[in-house]
Amino acid sequence: MAMEGAADLGELLQANQEKVAAEWLAGLRDAGILRTGRLREAELSVQCGSFLSLLGKALTQGGDPTGAAFRPVREMLSELSRSRASQGFTPRETALFIFSLKSPLNTLLRQTMSGDPLAEALWDVNRMLDDLGLETMEIYQRSREEVIVRQQQEIAELSTPVVELWQGILALPLIGTLDSQRTQVVMENLLQSIVDRSAEIAIIDITGVPTVDTLTAQHLLKTVSAARLMGADCIISGIRPQIAQTMVHLGVELNVVSKASLADAFALALRRVGRSVTLARGTPAPSDRPV
Amino acid sequence: MDRIPILKLGEALLVTIQVDMHDQLATALEEDLTNRIVEVGAKGVLIDISSLEIVDSFIGRMLDSIAAVSRMLDAETVVVGMRPAVAITLVELGLSMPGVKTALDVDRGMAIIRRRIEPGAQAGLSDY
Repeated sequence: MAMEGAADLGELLQANQEKVAAEWLAGLRDAGILRTGRLREAELSVQCGSFLSLLGKALTQGGDPTGAAFRPVREMLSELSRSRASQGFTPRETALFIFSLKSPLNTLLRQTMSGDPLAEALWDVNRMLDDLGLETMEIYQRSREEVIVRQQQEIAELSTPVVELWQGILALPLIGTLDSQRTQVVMENLLQSIVDRSAEIAIIDITGVPTVDTLTAQHLLKTVSAARLMGADCIISGIRPQIAQTMVHLGVELNVVSKASLADAFALALRRVGRSVTLARGTPAPSDRPV
Repeated sequence: MDRIPILKLGEALLVTIQVDMHDQLATALEEDLTNRIVEVGAKGVLIDISSLEIVDSFIGRMLDSIAAVSRMLDAETVVVGMRPAVAITLVELGLSMPGVKTALDVDRGMAIIRRRIEPGAQAGLSDY
């Protein structure tokens, strides 16, 4: 889209840049963009000023908002919305930056033109600003998504540690929801650790798993079967009361050895590898709970 | 045609698969093994697949059927040393082989077989 009076508009803007910038800044301030304290007024004023001079230059060079002349404007906008996204601005606050420029520009046009040329120029300016605003939002959204993807990866890497409780006994404390992708990582980690430590027993503790549905149960069973094929036994521990009820109501059956707590599972594992825990001589029994 | 050697170790037979299995080799192994079990009167069969990197459903089924045949001939099959990737593949293929005993390495596999041959023998591990 090429704008008819783009060059004129550009010159007009360059001539009145300071006035427009002041009005724009006032509009932004009224809209409450500074209220959260994430942005200082001086910083915002610099951003407004440099955006206006870039816009003025782009308009005098050619009016097509998708063309090469507008590239610096777009680059500045994407930089701006990316930093807004990482600073935690809301989408509304981010979009306001562009959309609040409408009012000072419209005022400027009204002061210098009238009649049909005015209507046309207003239309062009509004379209241009809408287009730039949409782009701002798109980049804002994209950088938010990048953050989410990175966090997901970090969670997947963080939350699958395999620990050795005793010689030949591994424990895998699972925390968080088990989806297919995560189960794959968990399964590979566990099986590799079984080989590395030549462990006979692996305890999968699901105390930290908030819900177990049919899919999660299936993932667990797959892991257990794979470990069995390699020659290791699995014990599942830490099934919460509500989860046990839900699973039975859902008709999910875990045909594996399961224990209520990690301690019980560990005791069973020790028995299986032929070890037992006794009190050291002379120690008074700490509680009535048998180990 | 290549054949996989079957070693006799007391009352047990030891098979170490060290080459990539193709279907013909697998069928030949099943046949040879069945004959040897009867010939020797073996009580246990130990199959070491620690160097096997690729399995398909055919090999998986072959292992399962070897186990079934040996059980019919009163010999217990223990598959040892399965790699993680192989185990995941078999589970994804739906072959969890409930009839096959497994162990981490040859030592532990032999302990299982020994316990079966002499029920009184304690091989260091309890109730496996």
